[in-house]
Formats: sequence, structure tokens, C-alpha cells
Amino acid sequence: MIELRTSPHMKGALSLPQIMRHVIYALLPICVFSIYQFGISALVLMTVVTLSCVLTEALFNYLSNKKNSLNDYTAIITGILLALTLPPGFPLWMGAVAGFVAISMGKTLFGGMGFNLFNPALLGRAFVQAAFPVAITSWTPGGMADRFTQFIPSSLTIPFTAPTNTVDSFSGATPLALQKFEATTTPNSDLILGFSSGSLGETSSLLILLCGAYLIIRGFMGWRIPLSIIVSTILISGIFYLMDNTYPSPLFMLTSGGLMLGALFMATDPVSAPVTPMGMWLFGFLIAAMTIVIRLFGGLPEGIMYAILFANASVPLIEAIAQPRKFGQVATKKSGENK
Amino acid sequence: MNILNLFKNKTFSHGIHLPDKKEHTREQSIRRLHFAPELIVPLSQHFGAPAKAVVSPGQEVVRGQVIAEADGFMSVPIHAPASGVVKEIELYPTAKGPKTEAIIIKTWPGASQRAASFEPVNIASLSHEQLIQAVQDTGMVGLGGAGFPTHVKLSVPPEYSIDTLVVNGCECEPYLTTDHRLMLEKTAELLQGTSMLMNALGAKQAIIGIEDNKMDAFNAIKSHISGFEHIQVKAVQTHYPQGSEKLLIKVLLGREVPSGGFPYQVGVVVQNIATITQLGELLPSNQGLIERVVTVTGTGVNKPGNYLVPLGTPIRFLLDHVGFSGNANHLILGGPMMGSTVASLDVPITKPVSGLLVFNEQSVEKVTDEIYPCIKCARCVDACPMHLNPSILGQLASKRQYEPMMETFNLMDCFECGCCSYVCPSNIPLVQYFRIAKSVLREQPREEA
Repeated sequence: MIELRTSPHMKGALSLPQIMRHVIYALLPICVFSIYQFGISALVLMTVVTLSCVLTEALFNYLSNKKNSLNDYTAIITGILLALTLPPGFPLWMGAVAGFVAISMGKTLFGGMGFNLFNPALLGRAFVQAAFPVAITSWTPGGMADRFTQFIPSSLTIPFTAPTNTVDSFSGATPLALQKFEATTTPNSDLILGFSSGSLGETSSLLILLCGAYLIIRGFMGWRIPLSIIVSTILISGIFYLMDNTYPSPLFMLTSGGLMLGALFMATDPVSAPVTPMGMWLFGFLIAAMTIVIRLFGGLPEGIMYAILFANASVPLIEAIAQPRKFGQVATKKSGENK
Repeated sequence: MNILNLFKNKTFSHGIHLPDKKEHTREQSIRRLHFAPELIVPLSQHFGAPAKAVVSPGQEVVRGQVIAEADGFMSVPIHAPASGVVKEIELYPTAKGPKTEAIIIKTWPGASQRAASFEPVNIASLSHEQLIQAVQDTGMVGLGGAGFPTHVKLSVPPEYSIDTLVVNGCECEPYLTTDHRLMLEKTAELLQGTSMLMNALGAKQAIIGIEDNKMDAFNAIKSHISGFEHIQVKAVQTHYPQGSEKLLIKVLLGREVPSGGFPYQVGVVVQNIATITQLGELLPSNQGLIERVVTVTGTGVNKPGNYLVPLGTPIRFLLDHVGFSGNANHLILGGPMMGSTVASLDVPITKPVSGLLVFNEQSVEKVTDEIYPCIKCARCVDACPMHLNPSILGQLASKRQYEPMMETFNLMDCFECGCCSYVCPSNIPLVQYFRIAKSVLREQPREEA
């Protein structure tokens, strides 16, 4: 039997599940470091959020009679990424709610993988930020002595009750909050290596950079968006720093908060980012600019999440002005003039 | 963009790097295939109007004799590929799908390979118009795969002047090695043909562009080139689709052919190696195109190689002579990126067919792979040599919004090279979508106010 097919008859080796698998591999070192720093609370929170995402996706597949979409691994990635943006002592039940919202409102509502306008993980994060403003801003310092044997008390909050122990010996402000509200600057070495308090996966900017670099070098991820965010951040915050050095330095801006995680793993979610090279540069610049404006002049210490969500919403506008110049385009005008 | 490129030969931006798969046939010198008992010679082997048959059933023909004449300027004549008798003229399946009229010749057993001889022509003495006519009389079409009549390409509108003839020796499709072998074995004819066409066009120079995976051919030409002072040979990077004429012009001369335009608009005519080599042989002896070199390779073939095949030879006959293992389920005419599959072994080899790839069951890659939604990873955008946006084009195509594809996103600049489909991790058949969109758009009546 001779088969009829259409060209091309060769196919590149890269497949979507393969890309997604490698994104998970790249996230694992960040997860391991997070568990090392924050102990079993981190491990269980990541597990609960990821499970919540996977189960939500399965539920909606069942309800909408869609075929199983779990084998593309994207629900797992959303779960891990969402967990990495949450504070270590975040109540587990709230984590489950965040996962449910991320997948249901951030992804399946739009039609599933490939159709979402916003990064689902960040949409889930934004929801719990609005719904549980206290829990999401209660930080636990890393490296507590009993972290491998005991939960951070707030983790085990009974659903629909107020978290226990939110403000006391357990709380440790993030570097950005210290900078903004107490004018205390965390040493750069701590920010780079990750010995500061913060969300599960945002503390070590060096580790995040290395994991992202792995994906870029192996060709699983584009380089333009992360590079654009990093370069724009250095340029914009550098200008402020040069004008008045009471503003935080570019290095601090780059290594504190969720900027690195956002630049390498959130803004690079391809579905909610532009596809054109020029669009990617603009997208990265917009994220960096918004983040710095929120951090320096807004009421919140951190702005990367809202910056990325805002940039996600701007993608159609960005793409409208960033379409590539096709081959032979300028020459058309010239030959037109000649005639 | 890639720093390593600074140390390599020149190339264009975007495109893809493919496994070249030429190792099985690149060392195989051209071998002559004998005549099949029956040759099927379609009247339409070229782009343009089909030729008109001038023979009738029962008539005897001699190898090289005209059996169908050109029907107008956008057409070429067809010559008898072998001596024999015309059995009938009937509708026959072709590679493209629809049946077309074909002259079926029953060849004489043991017919001579010698073609009918005609009075030699002194090419230098011909006027431009006479030369164009002479090229048309050879029945020559683009042998690289396009099948566009060569004399039409040489007839440049009077308001343009040509300064450069580009000879396309890229052969960027994997598996194919016909041009490679011709450059090695017919170097003299190639250079002769090149200088003939240069004169015909009034071009000041000719550049032979060769991908750098064929440096032996590059050196062979270099060593023959001393007598031809206006012909240069240049190596370009092995990079698909380097053999696309607009991209080759850009790389060799830095000129960009306008969108929707022709190379002559930037003073260039491009011809394929095989076309020029054949013209170099046929024009002076006043003969017609009756055979061509075809690379036969793939996992389903025991004796892969380059064969000089009489036009009209059925694929079945060709396969019998290359040790066909019999269980092929994927036959491609042309290259693996832009060639088309055939459904029947009775389809004949025609003028534009540069390769026959035969794959058996084990080697058919990833047919059943699942198609995922577009994740906008932008790999296709970075691969498209025409700098289009296949991602958005694909999304529009799946919603059947064909007008914006053409008007806003330049669908008609796509030449179906296949780079986007090749790199797509979601396995979206983008090229197929674009083909459908183009044919729907072509069939719609133009609403002109």
C-alpha cells in the first residue's frame, strides 16, 4: 500500500511533550533548592498545588468531553511555576485554590493549551493575592533549624479560617519589602545565591539563571524575551540609580524578588508571549519598565507579576506593530518608483 | 545572529539545517538505464500549456524526433525518448494527480541509444530571438524541479537588462545528488552552457553557487574555469533552502528580488546546473531533451544511485532495476522537503523529476504523531526564509480566514519550502494549510470594483 502524503516528508525531532519535559527538568533544581531552604512545607505545598492543577485539568477535560491533555505536561508546569511564586508558609488549602483558579480560569476557560491569553500560573497567583492578601505577604526566613521535621504552622491552616502565626517570630520580610519600607538593602551575594526570604522559587537568582540557560542552550526556549527583560531592567534602573543613588542599584533590581523567575520562566511562556522577534524585544522592555515603575513608585514592593500579566494583555497590540519585514518588501517600493 | 556563522561561508537569514542524507549516492557516478518496453510520455511535463501531439497511433518514431510541438510561447515541444512505435495517445495518471494526455511508445527491443542527429548549429552566430527559439526547440524546462520553460526565463522584458547569470548548484534538498554528479562528470558541458547563456543574455558575469557540502564539485569546476574569465564559482553555506533562487541571489549578489517579482528585475537570471549542462550539450547539436539524471535512493532501494533515465520511463521499471525490495509505502518524486508522493507505480519520470525516494515501512517517520495546538513558540517565525509569520498564518488557516492571510500576512510570498512544518513541535501541517488557503484564494472570483 503506497501512502499519499504532502510535503515536507521530513520532520524535525523536537516535539511539544519533549520541550515541556525539559522545562520540568529545568525547574527541578529550583524545587530542590527550595525544599533545602524551606523544608517540608515547601515540598508539600508544591505537591498540593501541582496536584490541584493536574486534577483540575482532568476534571475539565472530563466535563467538556475533551481528550486527555495531561500528556503534554503543561498542567504540571503551571503547577510547579505557581507553587514557586507562593510564600513558604502559604496555607495548603489556599495553594489548592490557586491551582484550581490557574487552570480553570487561566487555561481551560480560554480553550486549553495554546489558547490562553495570560500566563495561567500568574493568573492563579494574582487571584490568591487579591483573595488572601495577608497569607500571600507572610514570609518565612529560609534555613530554619527544624524545617525538615516540622511544618511552618501557617501551612496547615484549616480551610476557611484565618492562618495562625502570620505575624510573629516566623515572619521575615523579603529583600524588596526591606528596601521599600525599611530602607535596608540586602547584600547582593545573598540575593544571588538565594539566602534571603521570599517565595519558594525566587530566592536564588543564580540558580534560576543557570536553569534557564540550560533550556536556552538546548534550544527548548527562546533567548530574546529573557535577554530583553534583563537588559531593559539594567538600563532603566541604571538611569534611576545614576540620577539618584538612593534608588536601588541595577544589580539589586535584577536579583531581588521574582524578576529572574519571571524573566526566565514566566514571561517565556510561549503561548502568552509574542512570536515576532521585534515583538519579543518590546514585550521584554514593557515587562521591565512596568516592574520598575511598580517597585519604585507603586504601593507594592514587587511588580513583576502584574507587569507580565499587563504585557500578556498587550501582546495583540505589540504584534500589530511588530510583524516582520518580509523578504523583498523594501525592494517592491523601489521598483515601483522606477516604473 | 549566530557567531559561528562569521567563520563559515555566506548564507541567508532564517532557514534550517537538515541532515543531508546524500552519503548513499554522492559517490555513485551516473549510470545509463536501458529502455522500458513501454514509455509513457505526458504532453504536459512543464509549467504552461501542454504540447500538441504531432504523431498518431501506429506511427513509427525515432529517438530524438519531435512527437509533440509547443502550443504557444508558454509551452515546449516533446521529443521521442526512444525509437519505437506509437501505441496510443490516452489519458494517463501523473505525479500531480489529475490524468493528462500521454503518448505511449512501444520501444523496439534493443533499440539504439543513439539519437537522431540534426545539423549542428553555430550558437555564436544566432541572434537573440533565434537563440530563444533554439532553446524552446530543445524542449528544455527547469530541471531542478520547477519545470518552468527555460526559454521563457531567458526572454527578459526589454526594459530590463541582465548583468549576471547565476548558476544554481546548491542542491539543498537532502538525498538528491544529481546536480552534484553532473558538476563532477560534465564540468566542461556545464561551463560551455554557462558561457553560451551568458552571451545570450548579454550578461557581464556568471556566478556558479555551490553549497559547501560539495567541495569536490567546487574544486572540479575551479580547475576547469581558467578559460572562462567571466565565470566565477562561489561556495555558500549548506543551509536549506539555499537553492531557492531569490535567496541564492541575495547571498551571492546582495540583491533582494521584490516580493511577487522576478529575478530579472534586479538584473539576474538563475538557471539550475542540470538545465545548463543539458543545454550545453543539446544546443550545439540541435537536439531535444530526451533523458535526465535521477537520484534513486531511500531505505527501500538496494542499489541507490544516479541513473540517466529516458523520459517516460515508468517508476515501476526504474524500481525493478535498482533492487527494489518491494514493500515501499512511501514514494516521493523530487526531494523530501518539496517533492510530492505518488500513488501509482505506473507514473512516468518526467522532465522536472530530479529524484525518486523510496521508503519502506520501518523508515516512515512519525506519521501518527499527535497534532497539538499552536503554542506560539515562534520556531516557524525564525525558520521562514521569506520572513513571514507562519504561526499566525496557521491560526488563521485553521479558522478559514483566508483573506487576511493574503492581505495582511503575505501568504502569497510563501513558496512552500517546508521549513515551518519541519520545525513545528506541535506537528501542525502548516504547508498543507497554506496550500489549501492559496488554492481557495485563487479560485475565488476577484471582486474588483
